[in-house]
Amino acid sequence: MPIKTVINAAGRSVPLEINGQPAIPFKGVGKHKPGGRKYSPPIPACSDYPDDGNKVVGSLEEALRKCGLSDGMTISTHHHLRDGDLISNKVFEIASSLGVKDLIWFPSASFPCNDPVIKYLDDGTINRIEGSMNGPLGRYVSEGKMKGTAVLRSHGGRVQAIQDGEVRIDIAVLAAPTADCFGNAKGTGGQSACGVIGYAKADYLYATRVIVVTDNLVDFPCFPMEIEGNYVDYVVVVDRIGIPEKIISGTTQVTKSPDRLLIAELTASFLVKSGILKDGATIQAGAGGTSLAIAVFVHQILKEKGWKSKFGFGGSTKYMVKMLEEGQMGFILDAQVFDLDSVKSIENNPNHVPYPVFNAYNYHSKGNLTSMMDIMILGATEVDLNFNGNVVTHSDGYLLHGIGGWQNCLHARNVILPIPLFRDRIPVIVDEVTTLCGPGELIDVIITERGIAVNPLRKDLIESVKGSGLPLKTIKELKDEAEKICGVPQKPKFEEDIVAAVKWVDGTVIDVVRKLKTM
Amino acid sequence: MFEKITRFELHYQSDGKMKKSIAIAGNSGLKVRSDCEIMLELKSGEGIIIDLTSKVKALYGESIKRLIAEILDFFSVKDAFIRINDSGALPFVIAARMESAIKQLINTDLEFLPEFLNENLYTTTKERFRFSRLYLPGNTPGLMINAGLHSADGIILDLEDSVAPEKKDEARILVRNALRQIDFHGAERMVRINQGDRGLEDLHFLIPHNVNLVLIPKCEGADYIKKAEEVINSINKKFNLKNQVFLMPIIESALGIENSWEIAHASESVVALAIGLEDYTADLGVTRTIEGNESFYARTRLIVAAKAAGIQPIDSVFSDVADMDALLQNVLISKSLGFEGMGCIHPRQIAVIKKGFTPDQTEIEKSKKIVQAFESAKIQGLGVVALGSKMIDPPVVARAQKIIDLAVRLNLISGDWINEITSVEK
Repeated sequence: MPIKTVINAAGRSVPLEINGQPAIPFKGVGKHKPGGRKYSPPIPACSDYPDDGNKVVGSLEEALRKCGLSDGMTISTHHHLRDGDLISNKVFEIASSLGVKDLIWFPSASFPCNDPVIKYLDDGTINRIEGSMNGPLGRYVSEGKMKGTAVLRSHGGRVQAIQDGEVRIDIAVLAAPTADCFGNAKGTGGQSACGVIGYAKADYLYATRVIVVTDNLVDFPCFPMEIEGNYVDYVVVVDRIGIPEKIISGTTQVTKSPDRLLIAELTASFLVKSGILKDGATIQAGAGGTSLAIAVFVHQILKEKGWKSKFGFGGSTKYMVKMLEEGQMGFILDAQVFDLDSVKSIENNPNHVPYPVFNAYNYHSKGNLTSMMDIMILGATEVDLNFNGNVVTHSDGYLLHGIGGWQNCLHARNVILPIPLFRDRIPVIVDEVTTLCGPGELIDVIITERGIAVNPLRKDLIESVKGSGLPLKTIKELKDEAEKICGVPQKPKFEEDIVAAVKWVDGTVIDVVRKLKTM
Repeated sequence: MFEKITRFELHYQSDGKMKKSIAIAGNSGLKVRSDCEIMLELKSGEGIIIDLTSKVKALYGESIKRLIAEILDFFSVKDAFIRINDSGALPFVIAARMESAIKQLINTDLEFLPEFLNENLYTTTKERFRFSRLYLPGNTPGLMINAGLHSADGIILDLEDSVAPEKKDEARILVRNALRQIDFHGAERMVRINQGDRGLEDLHFLIPHNVNLVLIPKCEGADYIKKAEEVINSINKKFNLKNQVFLMPIIESALGIENSWEIAHASESVVALAIGLEDYTADLGVTRTIEGNESFYARTRLIVAAKAAGIQPIDSVFSDVADMDALLQNVLISKSLGFEGMGCIHPRQIAVIKKGFTPDQTEIEKSKKIVQAFESAKIQGLGVVALGSKMIDPPVVARAQKIIDLAVRLNLISGDWINEITSVEK
């Protein structure tokens, strides 16, 4: 029976039911007020736990059995070990060997190293993934091969879904670079140090059962504790939780592409000429090559002008650490750490502070960090004439990226997308995004190597750069320029079947991804 | 990936000459972007079969096939098997590759020309700045597409050393299409042709497509310049073209240096002399060093010849693309010798080179004072010009005036600066 769909406030056709659960269509930015009370996990009794505080069990399998692993459960993992993660796949390998079926995997993100879970999707161990998907996993889902419907959420949306009970985690399996026998854990130390493990916070607070897996067991107390042992059921010690060189890149690199550098230069120039970059301005950029180049240019400007950013929000990189160390940035608040310099910094510099997305991005929080940011540098796979953005699918219709913190970051004061006008031959600016992930009203400036388009809603910004000599164009002009060079692309063809739902930060459905018609 | 097939598919025509029935043009591979490799096999009676592999197939698959069909029809190819391995090539690139493949198998004078962009319909002048000229390999389309965005004074599509011998024919067609389809954003449109007769043939692919300047490599005498000019004139006549095509000979040998004056004034079209130090030092059998003592004579000799002919002396490229500080030092030395420009092999070198050749604030202010002192001495009818306690000779004034003229042309100061200063002082 086909699922009933309606047109949501963004004009997208979305279902009223996903995976058998009712779904709320997107109502507009800041419109949905859920009411009620937050979800709470069952009440434990300390008398059920060892008096000596030693919760170590023999193996991950034993811990999973003791947690009552069974059909249909929701299993969460986090992605701090990035492409070096050895634990997530292991959980499903065990589940499969135990004959457990229809699990829901709820990762904070997945990486290419997680591609082996395809075989557990095939053999029925996993029903669906509710989390980001890229590479082969994305293709698998796009081609309609996953049994359940994927649900894509932002980092903040994940916390929201946990807090309002939309997702109830049965077992959280949390890989920790350092832990003690009681379950206190942190992201630094040991052979698999990743810096911080802030994404795990909602998981350990709200899951029914919590397993900490570590390869670096230390004497109690493991301090400072990012995961508090009082929430942990079992501790498992393994040889290694991850592959170090794939967890943290030795060094993050500024782009060498002259075109990307040109975009970064234009971005820095826009920030100065518009007056957005000023003494005290708060900054968040990413770890992509262009973002790093922007960070380098911004640092130079701050130095030359004698300005200081009050704080920057990570993921941190060595370029941000340099700003902190040389006095052009007051603090780094950090949800994840990308390179070795940043790991060192967060361990040693008191002004480099772990700051979980729980407190930075969450819709059910009493205020967020993102809306306090002056400068937000983001990417996108597509932007349309109404400034709507897509980050999950490519123009060919395939799911290829997760949302990450992208939707949450759109709430910053000035959202700037430095993106190439076309990638190979594929134009980035389109009539209508293939998948809507962020409403155009929140996206302020598009900066390409061939010109800058400011959202007409931002009259103040348009005014501020008048006569600045910057190559200002309308978004339509940019689109026409790309199509003149590349040609007008044909549209991918989709079937009716919905393979993934894209949630907005408040838990409503902003769009869906449909199954690709394969030729 | 198709080479094995070609080796076996050569067969003999009735006259005993080998006839190819399979052709390959373009590039493919993991690192190749914005290009395609096309294999063409002529058939009989099977119609057109296109096997397309493309990373943009979902978005452009149909339009690529339409374009291929249109080109085959244009060249009256009715039966063929075409295999395309595409990494996001733009239409003008696909068209160039297809035409190259066809021309390997069929003798024809027809040209499948993409539309000529109106943006590229500009001419340049003899005295325009040529501080930076960006070299681009003529058979690598990925580097060409955005080259105009980096504000070089000139962009050189190179048919000579950066193109492999077996790719020379297809590079010509690609460069021709690039001249028509890529927006150069006001940069002087330059092409470096090959040496010798091949270079003269190259001109047929360039002159009708509004090339502004042709670089002549390994130039050793006035003869070749005159030959090139004849060919250019005949092409211009044939197509009824009026645009001036300038020439920039590159001197890269001891003989060339000896003949630099002859080359510099060989023709009105010669607007600059460039030096190529890699080949020059090789010709001398010495190593090229950073200090450049081994080429000092050649460089100054070329500068003198160019200045005597009233044209621009242009320095060799600086090959360490990562070291911008060393590049700037190199440019400053170059400028101090009298050079007026330098080649670039990476877009990031452009701004550094421009900065180096642009007079700095101190230079401008000093020159202003000298010229001002000269002007006021003239008004007061004084025969001797003095600045403070120093006497100023006429050549000093002339040099200051040259810096001022350069600053005015670069919009660093107003053309009316002298009156503006006076009015502020009042």
